[in-house]
Amino acid sequence: MADTPKPEETAKIDHRAPLFEEGWMNKPAELKPGIYCYGSKPKNLEYVGMPYPKEWNPTDEDWQLPENWKEIIQEGFKDRLDRFRTLKLFMDICVRCGACADKCHFFIGSGDPKNMPVLRAELLRSVYRKNFTTGGKILGPFGGGRELTEEVLKEWWYYLYQCTECRRCSLFCPYGIDTAEVTILGRELTNLLGLNTDWIAAPVANCYRTGNHLGIQPHAYKDMLEFFTDEIEDITGIRMEQDFNRKGAEILFITPSGDVFADPGTYTAMGYMMLFHYLKSMGLDITWSTYASEGGNFGYFTSHEMAKRLNAKMYAEAKRLGVKWILGGECGHMWRVLNQYMDTFNGPADFLEEPVSPITGTKFENAKTTKMTHIVEFTADLIKHNKLKLDPSRNDHLKVTFHDSCNPARGMGFFEEPRYVIKNVCNHFYEMPPETIREQTFCCGSGAGLNAGEDMELRMRGGLPRANAVRYVHEKHGVNMLSCICAIDRAVFPDLMRYWVPEVDVTGVHEMVANALVFEGEKKRTTDLRGEPLPGMEDEEDV
Amino acid sequence: MNFFLSIIFSFIAVMVVVLIPWIGVGALDLRVLFGIVIPYAAMATFFVGIIIRVIDWGRSPVPFRIPTTAGQEWSFPWIKRNRIDNPKGLGGVIVRMLFEVLTFRSLFRNTRLEYRRTQGVPKVDYEWEKWLWLAAILFHYSFLVIFLRHFRFFTEPVPGFVTLLQNLDGFMQMGAAPFNGFGLPGVYLTDMLLMAAVTWLLLRRVLYSQMRYISLPADYFPLFLILGLGFTGMLMRYLFRVDVTKVKELAIGLFKFSPTAPEGIGVIFYIHLFILCVLIAYFPFSKLMHLAGVFLSPTRNLANNNRFVRHVNPWNYPVATHTYEEYEDEFRDHMIEAGLPVEKGADATAETEEKE
Repeated sequence: MADTPKPEETAKIDHRAPLFEEGWMNKPAELKPGIYCYGSKPKNLEYVGMPYPKEWNPTDEDWQLPENWKEIIQEGFKDRLDRFRTLKLFMDICVRCGACADKCHFFIGSGDPKNMPVLRAELLRSVYRKNFTTGGKILGPFGGGRELTEEVLKEWWYYLYQCTECRRCSLFCPYGIDTAEVTILGRELTNLLGLNTDWIAAPVANCYRTGNHLGIQPHAYKDMLEFFTDEIEDITGIRMEQDFNRKGAEILFITPSGDVFADPGTYTAMGYMMLFHYLKSMGLDITWSTYASEGGNFGYFTSHEMAKRLNAKMYAEAKRLGVKWILGGECGHMWRVLNQYMDTFNGPADFLEEPVSPITGTKFENAKTTKMTHIVEFTADLIKHNKLKLDPSRNDHLKVTFHDSCNPARGMGFFEEPRYVIKNVCNHFYEMPPETIREQTFCCGSGAGLNAGEDMELRMRGGLPRANAVRYVHEKHGVNMLSCICAIDRAVFPDLMRYWVPEVDVTGVHEMVANALVFEGEKKRTTDLRGEPLPGMEDEEDV
Repeated sequence: MNFFLSIIFSFIAVMVVVLIPWIGVGALDLRVLFGIVIPYAAMATFFVGIIIRVIDWGRSPVPFRIPTTAGQEWSFPWIKRNRIDNPKGLGGVIVRMLFEVLTFRSLFRNTRLEYRRTQGVPKVDYEWEKWLWLAAILFHYSFLVIFLRHFRFFTEPVPGFVTLLQNLDGFMQMGAAPFNGFGLPGVYLTDMLLMAAVTWLLLRRVLYSQMRYISLPADYFPLFLILGLGFTGMLMRYLFRVDVTKVKELAIGLFKFSPTAPEGIGVIFYIHLFILCVLIAYFPFSKLMHLAGVFLSPTRNLANNNRFVRHVNPWNYPVATHTYEEYEDEFRDHMIEAGLPVEKGADATAETEEKE
């Protein structure tokens, strides 16, 4: 694994390309360690039946391509042009106005001109023009066309796996050209040749087999939640048992497996468990599933088909268990898939009912056909109806800011719900600058399957704009907690914060909810879910 | 292909475009070709080309509803939603598209990256940058006004709105332009704005390193063409006057499908006309198709209503999934041991194993 340079080194970024330089078309990509992820392992492709599995390393001269690889790409490209208006349109109408250029966190953090969204798309567009348009065929480079060579394919791979599909560029594009769409379809093309990254391929294979990315088997999944039950009991004195795979429950709960596996996501998982227990006596009838034990979908970073194959489990399990509707945990791309794809992929879910909160009676009209509600919506509604007894002062040691995750932001418009919840569970909340939140939010730099260890430098670079905004509120308001509603955020922000703004920690929203939640008959709470003393309890013995 | 080569190539190409009618009409007097045949061919290419292109786009379906949401979604009644930037139905989409097409709303969001380091600590800022938006909007609207003003050449009688537009456009410059009162016609505001805007759009491609990097001949070429078009148009108006009556005879003839190519119109007119012909004939094959494409863009023209209005993918096909049965078959013993409910008893595991 490549050493990650020191922040001072990483910060030496030049965004200006030299004046006298050969054009980008003739400059092959140079694969730099720390920027790319390892190649997909054959067993992970084989398990899900993806083509051309092989043992390979991206720095190998020979990528062991099948002999007819150009035909495969040509056919695959054509097929996608015929199936996706987006691709056809986005290949044709870009005017290269450059509005997107400095909007990409990877360009801002790396200065690599091929990380400008327009250029990332041009990598494919140049081949499109050469192979599918008259002008490109006749005029060649003068018509913006470029021959598809192995060098070009490698360049595609290198840069398509340096995009987190955050869609910030699509917000600024006057024609709504969405680089995420180009990346998604470009990655589909690389997958036709068995060229995925293992950090995506392995979770996909795991998820297919065990129901979740991390490959947690059913008994282990239950074990982990029981471990949390013990932890919660230590903190609150109350045993909050959960249900698994229970038929006849009213609601099925699905959250990213990251939440049951790695800190600080685990505290968010504990937050869900505590909320469910709190509501049990008020009529909440909910179950977890070990089969549909993944909210996230790394299939979405592979191909539409793979996204659909993994997503299918949610409705299948809801049907098997006979629940009425589904509640989804805090996650980013999970919610883009649930909002913009699930019903189209695997619906209609006519065996489910329109979600209604059993506690408040609120109908979630905006989830009428998918029958899946976001837990933050669910909690916001509870708070609005005064159903939760909350003591926000328990979060007084936190000065909180909120990171809008890209997908709920630009693929849903989920802005006020989390803010409403946060403002009700903690007293100190500060927004980052407006150019870095809500629809203009900056990516964590590690989404879309880039949250590996070997590409740490890329992640730290891509996360720079976000970290910069966090530093701003840290210096101005003393913010010490970055909250988010995304499991990948929770997994990657701690590294990013340690690198750029070491004084700031990371939390999910429901961890703060659970901290503030006052249970009847609980013991005097002295610590938060992390076992750290609550404000004013620093001297208590029972820490 | 670096930027020098791109820009020189495009410039030479436009010079050739200028030379062709210059020689064709100036030296060879091919008035019918340049005044009738080529304009018809160009118009046919323009209309047929655009229609074919749009139909071709339309033939590819929109399998998923993927609007880019730029504001609060429709949620609880007590949460204020953004009806324009996150539309939930057709009405909102129409308003969003109108804003996009008429005011370039997305481009208006533009900011400029300002990157600094102080003692090794990076600082990222986003500065005001509306110049691109301003140039774009001035260019497009000036072009529109100039196009409408030209109706006085193809219509008899000249419609009232054209005269009005012409007066407004000219009136604003009265007294302000240095040439006024020296026997020269009033300067049109839009002529100036168009030339200034296009010049800026060209200059930024040269001056900004990022723009230099991404620009292709296909970016410089239309800019040079439009500059050429504007320049020849202005030359005709202010320096080399052409016989407007004859120009009008030609233009009206073209539109009435009884074309004539009268003698005695200056060659500068044919250059102007030929540049226009090249521009519109080039249009359907180029990035200029963004004019039509913006209306079809799925990230803008769809409502964010996936959770309550089902979107159907016409090519949706069944896929292989890992069923619960397969899952339980693999993990049944563990599940039973852990006390997790199962569909089949422990003996089912044995059966599956026997079958294998």
